Amino acid sequence: MSAAQLIVSQPEAGILQVRVSGNWTLASGLPSASAVEQAIDATRGLSRLCFESGDLESWDSSLVNVIYKLAHHCRRTGVTLDPSGLPDGLKDLLQLAEVVPAHQEIRHHDPDEFFLAEVGGEAIAFVRSVTDIVRFVGGVAVSMGRMLAGRARYRPSDLFLIVQQVGAQALPIVSLISVLVGLILAFVGAVQLEKFGADIFIANLVGLGMVRDMGAMMTAIIMAGRTGAAYAAELGTMIVNEEIDALRTMGISPIDFLVVPRILALVLMMPLLALYADLMGILGGALVGVTMFDIGTYEYFRQTRSAIDLLDVFGGLFKGLVYGAIVAISGCLRGMECGRSSAAVGVATTSAVVTSIVFIVVACAILTVAYNILGI
Amino acid sequence: MASTEVQIRFDGVSVAYGDRVIQRDLDFIIGKGEIFAVMGPSGCGKSTVMRSAVGLLEPLAGRILYGMESYWDADLERQKILMQSFGVMYQAGALWSSMSLAENISLPLTEFLDLSDVEAHEIASLKLALVGLAGFEEYYPAEVSGGMRKRAAIARAMALDPSTLFLDEPSAGLDPISSLLLDELITHLRDSLGTTVVIVSHELHSILSICDNSVFLDTEASTMLASGNPRLLKDECENQQVRRFLSRGTA
Repeated sequence: MSAAQLIVSQPEAGILQVRVSGNWTLASGLPSASAVEQAIDATRGLSRLCFESGDLESWDSSLVNVIYKLAHHCRRTGVTLDPSGLPDGLKDLLQLAEVVPAHQEIRHHDPDEFFLAEVGGEAIAFVRSVTDIVRFVGGVAVSMGRMLAGRARYRPSDLFLIVQQVGAQALPIVSLISVLVGLILAFVGAVQLEKFGADIFIANLVGLGMVRDMGAMMTAIIMAGRTGAAYAAELGTMIVNEEIDALRTMGISPIDFLVVPRILALVLMMPLLALYADLMGILGGALVGVTMFDIGTYEYFRQTRSAIDLLDVFGGLFKGLVYGAIVAISGCLRGMECGRSSAAVGVATTSAVVTSIVFIVVACAILTVAYNILGI
Repeated sequence: MASTEVQIRFDGVSVAYGDRVIQRDLDFIIGKGEIFAVMGPSGCGKSTVMRSAVGLLEPLAGRILYGMESYWDADLERQKILMQSFGVMYQAGALWSSMSLAENISLPLTEFLDLSDVEAHEIASLKLALVGLAGFEEYYPAEVSGGMRKRAAIARAMALDPSTLFLDEPSAGLDPISSLLLDELITHLRDSLGTTVVIVSHELHSILSICDNSVFLDTEASTMLASGNPRLLKDECENQQVRRFLSRGTA
C-alpha cells in the first residue's frame, strides 16, 4: 500500500489541481494540508481548486478532514472548490458537513484569566454562596415550622427509614473509630503522665476528651463523609433525573418532602451517636489503661466518673446536635444546588463534605470559647 | 447499498441476565453495508441483544461472528481490536459530562490512534460538522439539547470510522424533523463510508423508511419471530403479531 499523498499542479492559469493518491486512513496518521494551502495563497489570480483521485487506494475521515480544511481555506480566500474529481461518498460527506452552518458563539475557555478578574469572580461567588446558605437555612426553618404545625408534606415512613440509615446503620463505623480514638488518646496521654506516676489520670484525659469534644467531633466527621455525602449524591442525582422538578410540578415542596426529613433524622440521631461514641472511646481508653498500665477496671471507671459531670455530657451532646445540623444542612444544600450532569454530582458530594468539615471545626471553636466563658 | 457479504452472524445466540433468559436461539445475518433494525415491543430485550453484539454481555449460548471471527472466543488483544471496529451510541447518549463535545470525540482518537491532541481536535470538529454541530466543540453535554446530545453521541460513535455502527433508539424522544434529519444522516453515512448500521428501535417510520433488513424479537416467546426486509414483513409476514406491530396494530 502506498502512502497518502497530495500533489499540487497548475494545469492552466487560474486553476490548481490536487492529485490525491495512496492509502488515506486515520491509523496511518493525519497528513497535513498546509502545502496545498500555501500553494493556494501563492498562486496569483487563482479562481478554482480541483481534484484528481484516480490513484486513490482507500480513504476515511483523514481525507475528508483534509478536504474539509481546504474547503474552509478556499472560502476564506475566495477560491471555488470543485469537488467533482473526488469519490462520490467523499463528496456526500463534504456536503453533509457544510449543510448546517457553524454555530457562531464559539466558546473559548481562557486559562490565563486576568488575576484581578479571577479574584473578583471568586469574591462574587463567595457572597453568592453565603446568600444561598442563608436562603436555604431560612427555607428549611420555614419548612420545619410547617412540619411542627402538621402542614408539611412528607412520608413518615421515609423519615423512619432515614433515621435507621443514619442511626443504627452507622453504629459499626462509629464504634470502630471511637474505640481507636479513645485508644490513641490514652496512649498519647500515658506517655507524659507515666513520667509523673500519674497513670490513673489517663481515665480523666480520655473521659473528658471524649465527652466534651472528641466523641461529637469524630462522629460528626464520620457522618460528614458517610451521610452528608450520601445526602448530596442522592439529591444531586434526583436533580439530574428531574425527580425534583417532578415534585415541584406536583406542588410538593422538595424541602418539605426530601430535605426536612433528612435534617431531622440526623439532628435527632447525632447526639445519640455522639453519646455512644463517648462510651466507646472510654472503653478504648480503658483497654489501654487496664491492659498496659495496670490500672484496675473498677478504679479506671470510678476515676472516669469522678472526672466527668453531667454538664460535660450535655455540653458534648449539644455539640453533637449542632454538628448534626451542620452535616445535614451542608449535604442537602449542596445536593439541591447540584447541576444537571454526573460530574456535577461528584462536585456536589465533595463540596458537601468540605463544607461540613469546615463548619464543624468553626462551630467547635466557637462552642469551646462559649463554654469557657459560661464556665461549662 | 446492502450486499450479500456477511458482517455479523448470530448463530443460535441466547442472552440472559443471570438465570433469566431474555432472548434465545437467535439466528440471523447482518450484511455488510446494511442498515439493519433490531425491533420489537418494549422490554423484549433489544438493547440486551445489542449489548451482547458489542461485547458487553457474553451470550449464554451460541456465537456472534464478525466475519468469521467470534468476539468471545478471541484473546484480549484481538477483542480490543475488534471493539475498535464497533461504534456504539447508547440510548441516552452516554456522553462523558465532564468533557466538552470535542473532548468526548477526541478521547478514542488519541487513545487508539497515533494522533496529536490538535489533530484529534480537528477530526472531532469534522465529526461534529457531519452531524450538524459545527461550532459546538467547546460546549459540555449539559449545555446542549437532548437532540444535540444524541447527534454528538453519534459523532463519538463514528470517531474511529468503525465498520459497524450500533445505534440504540437513535430517534427516541426527537421531534419529527430532527428524527428525519437523523435518518438522512444514517443513510448518508452508510452510503458514503459503507458503514454497516445496526439500529435498535421501535420507531416504525424510521425502520420502514431506511432499514434494508431487520429482526423482530418477541417478549412472550423470548425469541425472534421473523427476519427480513421490514417493508416486506409489514405486508407479507406469516406471523400476525409482526404484521400488527409494523402496521401500528391495524393489521
